[in-house]
Amino acid sequence: MAAPMRKDQTRVEATEARIAAIDLPKGGFTAGARANALSRLREMGLPTRRDEYWKFTDPAALIATEAAKAALFDAKEPQLFGTVASVKLVFVDGIFSDGDSDDPAMAGVEISRLAEAGRADIHWAQELYGVLEARGQNPVARPLAALNTAAATDGVLIRVTGQAAKPVHLIYRHASETSDVMLHHCVKVEAGAEITVLETGPAAARFNKVMEVDIARGGKFHHVRAQGRDHERRAITHIFTRVAEDASFKSFTLTANGQMTRNECVIEIVGDDAVAHVAGAALGDGANGKFHHDDTIFVTHDAERCESRQVFKKVLKNGATGVFQGKILVKPGAQKTDGYQISQSLLLDEDSQFLAKPELEIYADDVQCSHGSTTGAIDETALFYLRSRGVPREDATALLVLSFLADAIAEIEDEGLAEEIVERLEAWLARRKK
Amino acid sequence: MLEIKNLHVKLEEEDKQILKGVNLTVEAGKVHAIMGPNGSGKSTLSYVLSGRDGYTVTEGGASLDGEDLLEMEPEERAAAGLFLAFQYPVEIPGVGNMTFLRTALNAQRKARGEEEVSAGEFLKLVREKAKTLKIDAEMLKRPVNVGFSGGEKKRNEILQMAVLEPRMCILDETDSGLDVDAMKLVSDGVNALRDAGRAFLVITHYQRLLDHIQPDVVHIMADGRIVKTGGPELALEVEKNGYADILAEMA
Repeated sequence: MAAPMRKDQTRVEATEARIAAIDLPKGGFTAGARANALSRLREMGLPTRRDEYWKFTDPAALIATEAAKAALFDAKEPQLFGTVASVKLVFVDGIFSDGDSDDPAMAGVEISRLAEAGRADIHWAQELYGVLEARGQNPVARPLAALNTAAATDGVLIRVTGQAAKPVHLIYRHASETSDVMLHHCVKVEAGAEITVLETGPAAARFNKVMEVDIARGGKFHHVRAQGRDHERRAITHIFTRVAEDASFKSFTLTANGQMTRNECVIEIVGDDAVAHVAGAALGDGANGKFHHDDTIFVTHDAERCESRQVFKKVLKNGATGVFQGKILVKPGAQKTDGYQISQSLLLDEDSQFLAKPELEIYADDVQCSHGSTTGAIDETALFYLRSRGVPREDATALLVLSFLADAIAEIEDEGLAEEIVERLEAWLARRKK
Repeated sequence: MLEIKNLHVKLEEEDKQILKGVNLTVEAGKVHAIMGPNGSGKSTLSYVLSGRDGYTVTEGGASLDGEDLLEMEPEERAAAGLFLAFQYPVEIPGVGNMTFLRTALNAQRKARGEEEVSAGEFLKLVREKAKTLKIDAEMLKRPVNVGFSGGEKKRNEILQMAVLEPRMCILDETDSGLDVDAMKLVSDGVNALRDAGRAFLVITHYQRLLDHIQPDVVHIMADGRIVKTGGPELALEVEKNGYADILAEMA
């Protein structure tokens, strides 16, 4: 485990207060993992702004004993990915809704619900629940993920044994203005198996979600998620993935709106010739309150000839803040590593800001790693070019925003899913036309 | 069609006068060429006419069919029928050439109160125009100007012109960066658009483009003014003797 953060009385009190405010689930196969997570959490303590890893993002709202209210936002838009054939699993304020969900039976995939399966003493997910999260606590502490492992009330346990016939679509509805939700999902992709997991919806006033994804040899995991909507909602999410030989992990996240979102992605590449791509596009408009968006990525290369890519783009306006903390750690012996990282922001006004902390730490001598970070305004020459062809300023700006985001969207392999994401981006931009 | 009267322009950021009283009238159906040494103000003239930021008009004006151009936004000028073929066409990653063209065409039509063109009609229109410029389907699909060679970029400018059908076309050093074959393709594209209702203002350093696009009138620009106007023979004179003689004659 990571070295404990500075233990002071305030931190201890905040941590104990948070724990005391939660009804900790008991019994079942997760009992041991939950107890361990709880002691990990006590050891680490909840984060504070003074911690290096939280320098750019104030965790106060995430650790408060009660969630602040978040008004519901009626987008009057059809369900994203609604036309994609999928197994839809619906959570309303974090509680699985049987009536709104599809029958989870599907060839090549076993799906069970944490709240139910968790009561059983024996389950395949026992070797995964809290395991990757615990591994991901080193070298950087992620106390909110430990809190989640200890306290999550629901989630899905997905075991993929073959080629999944359809994507699994996790839909998170937000119904109560004060809902405070912790979900924990486990996905085990067996050797040579493949699945796409979609996630959409605001989920809750405050949402803490962990997804552990273990990909065995030659397995493939595709992930496309859209976090959005409700302007005041706050979210902390973690993905912990372990990628084995020849396996592939690909994740894309679209974030629009939301007062505060921190998405951590902890990738551990443990098998040779594996691939891990993680990408994100965020659109933030501070005019609806605040917008603070933080992508915190940690990729560990611990095998040979592996490739990792991080592509993050943020469009910020009206005092929005974007944060990127991305690290590539290449362990001794991880030769022929190909690591790439780019984080860019497009500031649509002078009130917004982008804070980036790219890091490389390399202990192998035959690797290729690059990172870059840029921040800038709309290119005036390109804007003039478009306008000179008759495209009005606002439309031209929207086109250039899409142009800026294109590299991140290109990380979505499925063209249909990518198109739906682009449509949402266009709608978001259209709503902000003057 | 295009009327420029006593146009004085300076750079917004520095107190530097670039145009010092340009007078020029381009009639419908005509091709006017402007030649001149580097720094004479040719490109500035094209940018001011099309509405690029960064310039201040201190005196004089410009109109298109009697409408004050300088009062209009760039997109309004485009909808009114003005087109600038850029010397350096801009790359726009992530925006498909077709999407860009269709957005532009429909924006102009909308501004003029005309019906938008359907996807089918548009495709037909572009394919037909692209063919004569030897622009293939792959190039149409690619992001705007990204990875295009110099010649491809200029052909793409002419394609935009052909699709948007402006009445007043300004070509800013369209010959720069073109080899002989590309120059011929581009010129053929321009010549195909010549008609009684359309006018061209061709800005160039060299006479060679004017071998292909025969001008009716040639102007020589120097130090922010048009210093000499004549027929096509003026271009040949420049080619032979350079600008020095003409400028000396003026001094």
